[in-house]
Amino acid sequence: MRDALTPFSTVLVLGGRSEIAAATVALLRRRGARTVVHGLRAPSGSDPQPAVAFDAATATKDSIDAIFDAHGDVDLVLLAFGSLGAAADGQLDPANIDEVMTANATGAMRVLALVAARLRAQGHGTVVVFSSVAAVRPRASNFVYGASKAAIDAFARGLQLTLVDTGVRVLVVRPGFVHTKMTRGLKAAPFSVSADEAAAAIVAALDGDADVVYVPRLLRFVAALLRVLPARAMRAS
Amino acid sequence: MTFVTGWGRTTPARADVWSPGGREEIAEALAQPPPRGIVLRGLGRSYGDVASNSGGLVLDLTGLTRVLAFDAEVGVVTVEAGLSLAALADLVLPHGWFLPVSPGTRWVTVGGAIANDVHGKNHHVDGSFGHHVERLTLATPRGEMLSLGPGSDEFDATVGGLGLTGAVLDATIRLLRVESAEMTVDVETASSLDGAIERLEATDASYRYSVAWIDTVSRGARFGRGVLMQGDHAPAGEAAPAPPPLDRPPRLSVPSRISAAPALRSPALEVFNELYFRRARPQRGRRESIPAFFYPLDALGEWNRLYGSGGFLQYQFVVPHESVGLVGEILGRLRAAGVRMPLTVLKRFGRSHGLIAFTGPGWTAAIDVALPAPGLGPVLDEIDGLVADAGGSVYLAKDARLRPDTLRRMLPRLDEWRRIRDALDPDRVLRSDLARRLHLVEDRQPLGVDNPQR
Repeated sequence: MRDALTPFSTVLVLGGRSEIAAATVALLRRRGARTVVHGLRAPSGSDPQPAVAFDAATATKDSIDAIFDAHGDVDLVLLAFGSLGAAADGQLDPANIDEVMTANATGAMRVLALVAARLRAQGHGTVVVFSSVAAVRPRASNFVYGASKAAIDAFARGLQLTLVDTGVRVLVVRPGFVHTKMTRGLKAAPFSVSADEAAAAIVAALDGDADVVYVPRLLRFVAALLRVLPARAMRAS
Repeated sequence: MTFVTGWGRTTPARADVWSPGGREEIAEALAQPPPRGIVLRGLGRSYGDVASNSGGLVLDLTGLTRVLAFDAEVGVVTVEAGLSLAALADLVLPHGWFLPVSPGTRWVTVGGAIANDVHGKNHHVDGSFGHHVERLTLATPRGEMLSLGPGSDEFDATVGGLGLTGAVLDATIRLLRVESAEMTVDVETASSLDGAIERLEATDASYRYSVAWIDTVSRGARFGRGVLMQGDHAPAGEAAPAPPPLDRPPRLSVPSRISAAPALRSPALEVFNELYFRRARPQRGRRESIPAFFYPLDALGEWNRLYGSGGFLQYQFVVPHESVGLVGEILGRLRAAGVRMPLTVLKRFGRSHGLIAFTGPGWTAAIDVALPAPGLGPVLDEIDGLVADAGGSVYLAKDARLRPDTLRRMLPRLDEWRRIRDALDPDRVLRSDLARRLHLVEDRQPLGVDNPQR
């Protein structure tokens, strides 16, 4: 649980194998985080401990409550699960659409709603929601992914409006291209960053009070520019 | 719903705050607690999270201010728990009595003074506030009204019990006989910490009140120099003027907007500090008013705002007499870490009591630390370890960051206290953010580094 010197002492990482989340947790540990609980699909002994079973697609109030009940007040939750899905033409396969939307949109919404309710009940806490620059501006190569991120992005920003003065903060993070296992082999987009750089930007955002933050921050201006560019300019990307 | 914090203004907790009108309403609230439980709160002068309860209910007891009995012949008074020490002093002073123990502020309720077992400059002679409580009425979450006196387990668990054993509704307090409303004070300077310690050791037995301010602002050789302020109540003088009422808000308050300009972080602090220590001249028999001697900081209302929006914390520890060397060691470590310490107070503690109360005998130092202070956490964790190893402890009324594993080492009777507490409050109605952080109430320890074996 938090104290005067360590606002994020107990951290819950849902989707505990995310590299960005791991880098973020490493930074938070250096700043005094004591307990990091990893919510994983089929956790094993080789995963960082403590680990608990968690699957966004099947999460219920009971399963989320059980995680919180076992660990006391949670100061920070990272919603770090997700699926990039297939690229280019493959993305339009109905199975791919279902999988990506279930993981990134409906699953994330269910979990965010449950987590936010729980934080609200304890009167304090922060959730980091991983959106994407792709939520703001769809690209030809991954707009199913972009659509799923747009859904959770809008959902999270709507939830923010209901959480004013509750002690609960939802921080929407919109990374650009981050070099991780998930993006290995993909052509890096401009302004790409490493997982460590993304983590540093996220921790800096946690210190501030923004509702939405781009990673890297420069992308905020790029995104604003892209929003006013004609759609034609995105066709080749 | 509002946000409450301690005096240090850290970890704001969103909670329902309710001011019950009387004992029946308190009993009703205790009988129907919300899921996150109930904390009892007075005037909010505890520094950390001892009177916060995020997501739960905060019972503000400052409305319970009735005086139930006052025997001006023998100096015993029974008052409700929400009465401030300021109002209590105003009541008894004209009859030649004073508070048996005065903390550094008079804006403390009687209930808070018992729950935190507050102490003052006379601890080495008179012990802490709890030593002067003859009886108290405790409303337990089980629905009982217990009348408790010294010697019973429940009394010992309640004194310094952080409000977690029940709601103190009223208390009977033995007062101190005084001949006047003034103090006579001897001021002495010491050029080093060792010098201040030596002089306190040599002289504090001859004074009822004895304390030293230590310079932890200056750099170089001046770091650690001290000003000893020792005194007693003045004898009856020739028609001493009537004392001003203590239960009156200060004329001057820090406006809320100053939060943006943290005055205690600026070089003004060094300048002020230097002026203070230069002005302190050795002096004997100086006459001082009660507020000037006991409550100098009360003169400026809301002075905690001077620390800005980052807030501050006060680290107060006690170590046994033979470990006096730790005082210098601890101040040195904080100084080496670049921590800003605008104010440090040093004194000796006398007798001990209670089960988990902050108590002596030994040396205590209270160190104000401006926040944010990067790197402070690990340094204080190390210092906690030194204090625990020496058989000392940290004052929970001021704590905002101690860890449960270290607390267990500091309080040898913690399990005993827990058993008595659990019997009084089996459903664990009484909670605070401090209790959650330090695992004081929950029997099941959360999993994690503080509890790796489970």
